[in-house]
Amino acid sequence: MNALESTKEKAPTHSDILTVNQPSPLTERLGNIIQPLIGPLALFAIWWMAAAGNWVSGNLLPGPIATFGSLWQSLATGDMISDATATLKLTLTAFVIASVLGVPTGIILGSSKKIYRSVEFVIDFFRSTPVTAMFPLFLLIFGIDDSSKISVAAFAAWLVLLFNVAYGVMNAGETRVLAAKVMGASRWRIFKDVMFYDSLPQTFVGIRMAVSMGLVVIIVAEMFIGSIHGMGHRIIDAQQVYDLEDMYASILVTGIIGYGLNLLFLGLERWLVHWSGR
Amino acid sequence: MTITTAPATGGKPEGFVPGPPGTHITIRQLNKAFAGTPLYQNFNLDIPRLKVTCIFGPNGCGKSTVMNMIAGLIPMDSGSILFDGKSLGDTRIGYVFQNYREALFPWLRAIDNIKYPLKINGCSSEECDQRVRELIKTFDLQFDLNRYPYELSGGQQQLVSILRALAPEPEVLFLDEPFSALDYEMTLMLREKLQELFRATNLTTVIVSHDLEEAVFLADEVLLLTKRPTRIAETIPFNAPRPRDIETLSSPEFVKTKSRCLEIFQREVRR
Repeated sequence: MNALESTKEKAPTHSDILTVNQPSPLTERLGNIIQPLIGPLALFAIWWMAAAGNWVSGNLLPGPIATFGSLWQSLATGDMISDATATLKLTLTAFVIASVLGVPTGIILGSSKKIYRSVEFVIDFFRSTPVTAMFPLFLLIFGIDDSSKISVAAFAAWLVLLFNVAYGVMNAGETRVLAAKVMGASRWRIFKDVMFYDSLPQTFVGIRMAVSMGLVVIIVAEMFIGSIHGMGHRIIDAQQVYDLEDMYASILVTGIIGYGLNLLFLGLERWLVHWSGR
Repeated sequence: MTITTAPATGGKPEGFVPGPPGTHITIRQLNKAFAGTPLYQNFNLDIPRLKVTCIFGPNGCGKSTVMNMIAGLIPMDSGSILFDGKSLGDTRIGYVFQNYREALFPWLRAIDNIKYPLKINGCSSEECDQRVRELIKTFDLQFDLNRYPYELSGGQQQLVSILRALAPEPEVLFLDEPFSALDYEMTLMLREKLQELFRATNLTTVIVSHDLEEAVFLADEVLLLTKRPTRIAETIPFNAPRPRDIETLSSPEFVKTKSRCLEIFQREVRR
């Protein structure tokens, strides 16, 4: 009997194969909705069990319900929102400065092998230097206020962007450039009609990296460079007064900002650089 | 990579020997070496006007190199290339690359890809539209040109490349292994479209091919090259009437011409 059953399992019938390969549209749609939710729900459950079952000391980990309650309260009273807005404002300012400087410089570097080679070492060196090591320097130059935070974040984001834009321009499809040349396009036309567009996919990779780099630096700067607002300041403040619920809630909000920014630029990329990877 | 037209712009060099009547492109005393190894040495070639010349030869003999030097994509070391006595700079050419995916502009719709060379030459948008309408009519296009290249099949994309090359009404059309990135079905479709083209327009055409059957099928003249340093092994005419079709492939004349080319090719490879 057992043997019979096992052979049955090993040899699925034709209709079995059909159902495996072609799930009904409804099941498929349901799966598409449910599958991405499994991870977050599992994390929530583990967190809840860890807190409720005292796996971790309650002094270190408040329960998820308490944390989300605190998050809701801070959002409702608006004090979290003002901190989040402050952080977002600094991050975006740094990012805009980095883009305004980084895209043109990247294009110049990428379009001339000679210029690129002469500054390659400097760029690689500063890209490898943790930007946090330069906090004190920026404090000296810009003083203890937002401008030092913005400038240090903009510097870090600029390097990332510069590198990616230059790389994109350098690797602009040689065949496309030749195609434009053979049509009689001038150097300027080749540059603006072909190389610029061809470098956009890589530029957007740089933009997304630059904006997350900007956020990281701003959060750290808010923790250590005399701040009175911002999510970094809020997180370290909550830790100092041992308001763990607020600390976890603030970490979550910081995560939401980072995730949201990435999503925003990803959407922008899909729309503007529709040909990327196709 | 820079386009070098310098040797040709100086007019006809001394001791210039013109080609036979009906010659369009004359190549004289062409020299080209790669990493010190000569590929072409004092190479001379006449390409006939309004005919289809297919270049065929062993691997590494520089089929594409010679065509790219004529089209100005690769600089020559020395020599002269003249189009009816004019330099490349005074000649309108069209070039179709082997890999359409790398040659088309994916950020432009197919129709704007075709219009791009016209815009470079300063055509008004009415003139552009007019020209595209003409091309659509000539080629009997059945697909939507408002799509982006990546939304089209490989054959359609290569057809768009060909239309882009033809849009500015070139005097010479170059095709570099135009079918080698396509499957057989698409190849047959494009071959058919090219037959229309050869019938409808008067155009000097140069095709590099790695497929002898294809070369003979498309050609008025098959130019067979030797191993390097490259010389012309022989020029074989093929005069079957156009439009040519599947029947042509089994006609005695085609079979004879193809085996004659193969004979020469094998002789040259073994040499």
